[in-house]
Amino acid sequence: MTSTLGQEARTSPPASRPDRRASLTFKNKLGRLDVKYSPYLYVAPFFVLFAVVGLFPLVYTFVVSLNDWNLLSGPGEWVGFGNFAKELHDELFWNSLFNTISIFLLSSVPQIIAATFIAVVLDQNLRARTFWRMGVLIPYVVTPVAVALIFSNMFSPDGGLVNHLLALVGLDPIAWKLDTLPSHLAIASMVNFRWTGYNALILLAAMQAVPRDLYESAELDGAGSVRRFFSITLPSIRPTMIFVILTSTIGGLQIFTEPRLYDAASVTGGGAHRQFQTTVLYLWEMAFQRQNFGRAAAIAWILFLIIVMFGVLNFLISRRIASADTRITSRQAKRRLEAARADTAKTDAVKTDTR
Amino acid sequence: MTRTSAQARKHKPMGMARRPGFLTYGILIALLAGGAYPLWWSFVVGSSPTSVLSQDWPPLLPGGQFWKNVVEVFDTIPFWQALLNSVIVSGVITISVVTFSTLAGFAFAKLRFRGSNALMVFVVATMAIPTQLGIIPLFILMRQFGWTGTVGAIIIPTLVTAFGVFFMRQYLVNVVPDELIDAARVDGANTLSTFWHVAVPAARPAMAILALFTFMMAWTDFLWPMIVAPQNPTLQVALSQLQSARYVDFSVVLAGAVLATLPLLILFAVAGRQLISGIMAGAVKG
Repeated sequence: MTSTLGQEARTSPPASRPDRRASLTFKNKLGRLDVKYSPYLYVAPFFVLFAVVGLFPLVYTFVVSLNDWNLLSGPGEWVGFGNFAKELHDELFWNSLFNTISIFLLSSVPQIIAATFIAVVLDQNLRARTFWRMGVLIPYVVTPVAVALIFSNMFSPDGGLVNHLLALVGLDPIAWKLDTLPSHLAIASMVNFRWTGYNALILLAAMQAVPRDLYESAELDGAGSVRRFFSITLPSIRPTMIFVILTSTIGGLQIFTEPRLYDAASVTGGGAHRQFQTTVLYLWEMAFQRQNFGRAAAIAWILFLIIVMFGVLNFLISRRIASADTRITSRQAKRRLEAARADTAKTDAVKTDTR
Repeated sequence: MTRTSAQARKHKPMGMARRPGFLTYGILIALLAGGAYPLWWSFVVGSSPTSVLSQDWPPLLPGGQFWKNVVEVFDTIPFWQALLNSVIVSGVITISVVTFSTLAGFAFAKLRFRGSNALMVFVVATMAIPTQLGIIPLFILMRQFGWTGTVGAIIIPTLVTAFGVFFMRQYLVNVVPDELIDAARVDGANTLSTFWHVAVPAARPAMAILALFTFMMAWTDFLWPMIVAPQNPTLQVALSQLQSARYVDFSVVLAGAVLATLPLLILFAVAGRQLISGIMAGAVKG
């Protein structure tokens, strides 16, 4: 960076216009310096701070992961990729990864479907639009800790609201905290509670950008609302859909607060049998309960790579589906639009005349 | 253009323009009830003795014990100190993120300099990096400096966000015309005064939205404050300690949860519109 700057400063002014340079006043010179270099001053605070608090920790995590490193006694022996190997052979690591992915799928798949549905409902000519939008967003205002506390109580095996309701309709109580799948469902429901409305608003914004003509011509062609949704709405909002899926992937794989507080009694976090211990929770336990920073750092890096991998995979899959679909539908839509235009050519002509 | 035609269509009886029926409003009311119910339920239980949970029917109306439970919350956790910590942490982070993001966003959007494209690509790439995973070295550093347990240690890792820079850049690119920047320069304004007198006034709406989201993010953060300063907790950490301190006494825990939700509910009542437009604007641009 600095070297290119230096070069530029050295070569350009004398070579290009030495005559003008003589006539420059001090103020002009200052102005040129200002134009040329001050942009760096504007971006510098961000980059310097980000390097220190964002980038350096990530790199340094890697260094820590290559050592035997205790929370209290600090760095020990260099072990190369020993910590990584240990983790990849550790059942608890795979358990945590299974739990993370299970909770992630249970939360993101229904959530995106529900968010899309809610967005469709909101994407109408509603009365009191802002009111409904705010209503959908209420859960987002409840902090994850509060959500975890509330849901943890609602799903409590003794006296919890959910089992209470189950009993009222004559069903057996479910061990929401002890059994693997029920606990995953409960934790996923916390994530869904908080984020569904938020994602619905994002998708709603994308839906509102779809030209209404497309819907109208499809309706003229006799396409029902379901058909219109799958052939027009869904393909049109695909880029936003990818964005929502990506962000929920990055967030979902790092889930911590909800499982940590779901059962406060467990010291390790994640239940008596680690039945809902997610990977970040496992990382936290390794670092601050078992005090093994080396292995915790290795977990952090493995998780980082998994997140990147998931992100890229997600992106590639959704883009492939998107491009295949849009090609077909945009062709269909164009044809339909043309047909519709031909049909209504007369009315259109009248309209343009009056305008 | 599209907007006017869409608005014009609103009044047509056909197509998307028709007013939705009862089914739609029924669904919306159900959603609203479902979204608000957990909060309502915790208020109901939080204002009753814990025994209310062993009734045959789940309680629907609040009891008269909210204040009693709240007092017990105050006795169990340092609520006011935690609230103050949260305000300081979220306030400082918000000011820092908005300031540095606006500065950098302005430079990326409206100033020409060598390497700006490469640097912007870097910003976009780092947006996806989960910085949460850097907690181990951050903790090592904070302990080395003797900062663990301080509010500063909670603040430092989130002083800047790549998202903020990206967000401000996207906004300023469209909102401030290049001609305006050039005109200011011709008038003899230097870059700083152009920033201050042209960019900042134009950026205000985006700054407000970024501030809102940054504040929410800082306020709700749990993992890092819990690790670095459990003895000097933020509100979220204190709330979690309430649960582990008396995890059997549901009504007190839930009273605490309601109490801790109040600040954001108030913020939501005041700035809910901006929050919504922020979410929806981010989607179109992001």
